[in-house]
Amino acid sequence: MSSSSHSPVVALVGNPNTGKSTLFNALTGLRQRVGNYPGVTVARKSGQCDCGEGLKVELIDLPGLYSLSAASPDEQIVIDVLAGNLAQERRPEAIVVVADATNLLRNLFIASQLAELRLPMAIVLNQADIAEKQGLKIDTELLSQRLGGIPVVMTSAWKGEGIAQVRKAIASILKQKILMTQVVWPSELKEAFGKIAEKVQVDTRKTPTASTLQRLLFDTSPNASERLDWPMSQREGVIREARDHVRRAGYNPLAAEPLIHYAHLRKILDGVVSGGLVRALRSAAVDRILLHRIAGPVIFTSIMLGLFASVFWLAKFPMEWIQLAVDALKGVVAPALVQYPMLQSLVADGVIAGVGAFLVFLPQILILFFFIGILEDSGYMARAAFIMDRLFSWCGLNGKSFVPLLSGFACAIPGLLSTRTIEDPKARLATAFAVPFMSCSARFPVYALMCAAFIGPLYGPGWESVVMVGMHLIGLLFAVPTAFVLTRFVLRIRPQPFVLELPRYQLPKPRDVLWRMWQNAAEFVSKAGTVIFAITIIIWALCYFPRSPELAEKIRSENPTLSANEVQLRAQAAGIEQSWMGRFGKTVQPIFDPCGFDWKITVGVLASFPAREVIVSTLGITYSIGQDAEADSQDLRQAMQQAKWMEGPRVGKPIFSLAAVLALMVFFALCSQCGPTIATLAQESGGWKWAAASFFYMTFLAWVMAVIVYQVVVRLS
Amino acid sequence: MTPLSQLLPGQYGKLVSLSPERAVDQRLMALGLLPGMVLKLVRRAPLGDPIAVEFGGQVVSLRMAEAESLWVDVAADCPIQKPKATP
Repeated sequence: MSSSSHSPVVALVGNPNTGKSTLFNALTGLRQRVGNYPGVTVARKSGQCDCGEGLKVELIDLPGLYSLSAASPDEQIVIDVLAGNLAQERRPEAIVVVADATNLLRNLFIASQLAELRLPMAIVLNQADIAEKQGLKIDTELLSQRLGGIPVVMTSAWKGEGIAQVRKAIASILKQKILMTQVVWPSELKEAFGKIAEKVQVDTRKTPTASTLQRLLFDTSPNASERLDWPMSQREGVIREARDHVRRAGYNPLAAEPLIHYAHLRKILDGVVSGGLVRALRSAAVDRILLHRIAGPVIFTSIMLGLFASVFWLAKFPMEWIQLAVDALKGVVAPALVQYPMLQSLVADGVIAGVGAFLVFLPQILILFFFIGILEDSGYMARAAFIMDRLFSWCGLNGKSFVPLLSGFACAIPGLLSTRTIEDPKARLATAFAVPFMSCSARFPVYALMCAAFIGPLYGPGWESVVMVGMHLIGLLFAVPTAFVLTRFVLRIRPQPFVLELPRYQLPKPRDVLWRMWQNAAEFVSKAGTVIFAITIIIWALCYFPRSPELAEKIRSENPTLSANEVQLRAQAAGIEQSWMGRFGKTVQPIFDPCGFDWKITVGVLASFPAREVIVSTLGITYSIGQDAEADSQDLRQAMQQAKWMEGPRVGKPIFSLAAVLALMVFFALCSQCGPTIATLAQESGGWKWAAASFFYMTFLAWVMAVIVYQVVVRLS
Repeated sequence: MTPLSQLLPGQYGKLVSLSPERAVDQRLMALGLLPGMVLKLVRRAPLGDPIAVEFGGQVVSLRMAEAESLWVDVAADCPIQKPKATP
């Protein structure tokens, strides 16, 4: 990719559901780079496209959009990239518009808007095979001629047909710089543009392009004038005046743009398209079943149960293998470093555990994105959103929030990554905020330990299941009002209308599905993975240092009868008590005292901030059972059942009373104890602001609820 | 004139007016939904909202609250374009 800085940039633009990504994959052959545009959560995809005769082009796949009206972040990015507004981005030298051959009129609207940018352009009519099946005949030569001689190419990217012609078309527009015919604006609109242009020149000393003037006149969003640094006070008067001018000519200024473009396009397409059905009948027939009042929800539920079972259950096997591999690696490395206990602990409990900490999420991410790829590419995802929207719309989310929230019950990480399928940035962020509340599988061992050790023996298995179910619902109970308040009062993002195309059903292309799955996983590893690794190392250090090397010696000399294993377990317990984490736990224990937590629980809670399931092994260490303690460990249950307060007002009473056990579970249900979640939330929301907000909000809420539960239950029992 | 949201499933209507200042209507105009266009309410979602609307060879999901600003003349039998039965 050494030539990429010299090779010309060409942008791929088009409506959603046109097969644009399939075409992009076919043109670049997976030589791609994926990332984000700086500061926004819009994905940036680029790749190298070989256009023959030694011409290599950097192709960028811009987000799918219906209009340049700058209403959404996606649309604004497309405008900024094409206008060369982004400092890090080279401005494209040409545009390839991908259009769905079966709905030319709507698909050419964006092309007609793009023509105003005066960049060389080619038009790809994709899904030609489907158009042919529908009996549509398109006279591409006539269309090309009417559009000013720009290349018009028919392709079926799915089948790989017509790709070579697209490469040729790119080469020819770069060489010959052919422009597409522009719409003819009525004279009143031209005058209105002129008025605005004059004022911009006076106020900012910049000459606005035709496209910028249109955005200023037609758009209600302030983005265009912000790009010009044109202050509100100066622009308001002249824009109102220009709009009044348009209105006097009989046009509504906010409707003039689509009216004029569509009238222009109807004339261009007259005689170009003939025959065919308006819409594929097959999709309508499938919809009659999949969107049926009764069958629809039943099928939806089955599909989603299948998806959840896969993420939750199927992923367990590879996750166990990763865990086994990590443990095996530890087993090999640790004995080799036995003479350097600090290094041994760093490598085994820090580095290897840190790598394992993010690798373990990969199976779930890969499986979930495999299913999402199939759901999206087949066209079912839009139907799923259509079925579910009513349940979510009232709290500011939308039908597309369902899959992320459902996945959250398995694990928040894939759930957060899947919020990418939500187009509306406001609903996307609110959904991402709600996902960590879902009771993920890592909370399960905590509930299991507490229920098995305390609820079951004291109240019987019936209450055990009640508590289990209750703990799984409590997150949802708080997530919904949180989303409501967030979308209603906090987020100052313009909501996008929930206008969702129900596209034609289509067979997903395996290569596209697998490639997208791989890209999402790779991005997670490179971004969130490094943060997760760093967090693990930091927490390791806090739990390890400072530690006196004579600890084991001292315990052995004080208790000469203890076995070597016992000594080591006690030394571990004393080690964590002495560490920064232990000291910190003891210092802040008064904060957790109203929840009924002693210092050992407090240390456990603090140590499990990077990963909540760590509480079990931390309690194992502090109760001298050893760090390999698991939720079903009898020794740990016994040690906890016997634990008593050593000092303070509750001296002699059991630490794990019903109140403390319930408080601890509620705390774990609500608290943001997952480094990977925070790192992924930061990655997906485009910065640390929302990640930090989520962390403090959830942790504070968990504390408040734990205090309430503890105090209420103590008084009742 | 009736709001689009009041059409029955399967009913056709001709768009009389919309509210261009609303973001929803702007999106719909970009999709080609302009006054004079014939559209069909294909179905309601199982929970009654949103609705699926067909116009210009595409089917689009719209929330009821968002469809209220769209006024149509109900057409008893005004198919968008009678599809020929395929063998």
